Amino acid sequence: MLEIDALRFAWRGAASDTLRIDHLAVARGETLFLHGPSGSGKSTLLGLLAGVLMPSAGHVKLLGVDWASLSAARRDARRAEHVGYIFQQFNLLPYLSVLDNVLLTARFSTRRGAQAAQHAGSVREAAQSLLQRFGLDAALWARPASTLSVGQQQRVAAARALIGRPELVIADEPTSALDAALRDGFMDLLLGECRAAGSTLVFVSHDERLAARFERRLSLEQVNRAEGSR
Amino acid sequence: MKALLGLAARSAWARRGTLALVVFSIALATLLLLTLERMRADVRESFAQSVSGTDLIVGARTGAVQLMLYSVFHVGGATNNIKTTSLDAIAKHRAVDWVVPISLGDSHRGFSVLGTTVDYFRRFQYADHQPLRIAQGRAFAGDLDGLYDAVIGAEVADALGYRLGQRIVLSHGAGGLPGAEHADKPFTVVGILARTGTPVDRTVHVSLAAIEAIHLDWASGAPMPGVAIAPEQARKFDLTPKSVTAALVGLKGRVAVFAVQRFVANYPDEALMAVLPGVALDELWQVVGVGEKALLGMSALVAIVSLAGLVAVVLAGLNERRRELAVLRAVGAGPRHVLWLLAGEGVLITTLGVAIGCVASVLLIALAGPWAQARFGIALHLAPPSGAEWALLGAVLAAGVFASLVPGLRAYRLSLADGLSPKV
Repeated sequence: MLEIDALRFAWRGAASDTLRIDHLAVARGETLFLHGPSGSGKSTLLGLLAGVLMPSAGHVKLLGVDWASLSAARRDARRAEHVGYIFQQFNLLPYLSVLDNVLLTARFSTRRGAQAAQHAGSVREAAQSLLQRFGLDAALWARPASTLSVGQQQRVAAARALIGRPELVIADEPTSALDAALRDGFMDLLLGECRAAGSTLVFVSHDERLAARFERRLSLEQVNRAEGSR
Repeated sequence: MKALLGLAARSAWARRGTLALVVFSIALATLLLLTLERMRADVRESFAQSVSGTDLIVGARTGAVQLMLYSVFHVGGATNNIKTTSLDAIAKHRAVDWVVPISLGDSHRGFSVLGTTVDYFRRFQYADHQPLRIAQGRAFAGDLDGLYDAVIGAEVADALGYRLGQRIVLSHGAGGLPGAEHADKPFTVVGILARTGTPVDRTVHVSLAAIEAIHLDWASGAPMPGVAIAPEQARKFDLTPKSVTAALVGLKGRVAVFAVQRFVANYPDEALMAVLPGVALDELWQVVGVGEKALLGMSALVAIVSLAGLVAVVLAGLNERRRELAVLRAVGAGPRHVLWLLAGEGVLITTLGVAIGCVASVLLIALAGPWAQARFGIALHLAPPSGAEWALLGAVLAAGVFASLVPGLRAYRLSLADGLSPKV
């Protein structure tokens, strides 16, 4: 499903590598908890997994296809089709409604749109049922995303990442802005929906209390052999 | 790409406050550029048409520009007068239709006094062959009863607050010297001309005979000691002028213009010259037209400043938008999409600004045109954009497109370098 081989990555202008990973594989449907302190290169690794950053050496393969073998435009299209992404915060376009934010994915990928429609009848219905399952009432759907609370915004972001059942969902500390009660509720919903969709989840956090919920946990410090990293 | 268009529109609408300011400043720059250019062209045209319908201007031999300056603009003086007998000879040329003599030299409170015949009001034309129009009263009669009648230009009437029936005293020469006034022979305003935007507005018109009459008891620019001829007495003298300053000449057909010009230049009894007003005015414009270049330079500066504003606003907004761009990247938009998003927005904003500026310029010219004509004598015409105006519009648009590429390219590079987590 997701495979890293002999990966090396250095930011432009940096003297030493940020990341050096010999091998890492994630199976289909697996939920992986990746932790590490700030600055350990977690976000960089996620960028490499999503095909936004290109490694200096080695391979990152999604569903058997090396990101580096694709043109920039093909990578963008492939990311839209197979990857759902949740940021720490500011996930939503403030000027779009809640529903339009969820439908954003389908605007860039017809495949995701078609998959969503296949299960729910139409893309719109798929988005609505996802929002419902994430506990967002129909009354909120037409409101601009900027009027929602942070907890609500993160649930909208999760719904957007999951629509059309992408093979891979990447979450970059999505709970760091949430308090304990909201965080637990969010984790329940996210893990449940990933399982239901059969999506692989790569979840990054420095909050190790969350690790127990995942099938597998991994410390980035253990797998990263770059000397510059802590 | 289609997915982006809708998004770009929604995004722009969300930032409408800032963008409206940019559109406003581009519209303002366009408005200034267009209106100044139109004004420049129209001022030049109304200058070039200070006199029209006159084929030749005849005067003593001097420079063409100088002859124009004193005969049409009443600036400076003639080196020599011309004899009326010479004018009679010119009038007899078979190609000549009419000759209107003019006599200059006196003034009234800073405005020049022009002695001429009644024909002047019929023959003199300005702009696009517009004849002089008398707004109030009538032209002077040209006979002895109306000897001391004067017809004043619109600006003379406005500036001095004169109405019909006003009694005025002419000064000898440019005026200002004590005792150099024709106070013994006052004139009466019998007509006020409509505004023309030409030097006619700043002129007091009297008959040639009146010029003779007020100078009967003068010699060498001063009153003759011991000689005083009363206004009534003056009517008994022969008031036919021996010489005048210059003459306007109309031909039966334009083809003869060079033949008549040669005839005047080769006139045996006196050193004369004849100039084509259009040609001489063009030469004169080259002297006084420096100001127009300054105007054009100013408007170019305004345009540059507003485009710099466009770049500044878009670049400043870029930092706020890096999150937005990262979200788009995460859902599958490429760096190229980001480039198009920003550049496209800049192009649309510029186009909108230019369009609004054009409309505003048309409205301004339509609304303020009559006022400018009446107040300053500048005839502003509504017309489809001229070549120069199209070039200006094209330049603003091209600069706008170029300016919006700057933030677009920067966003492109940022989105490549940032990955998905913008460093803000």
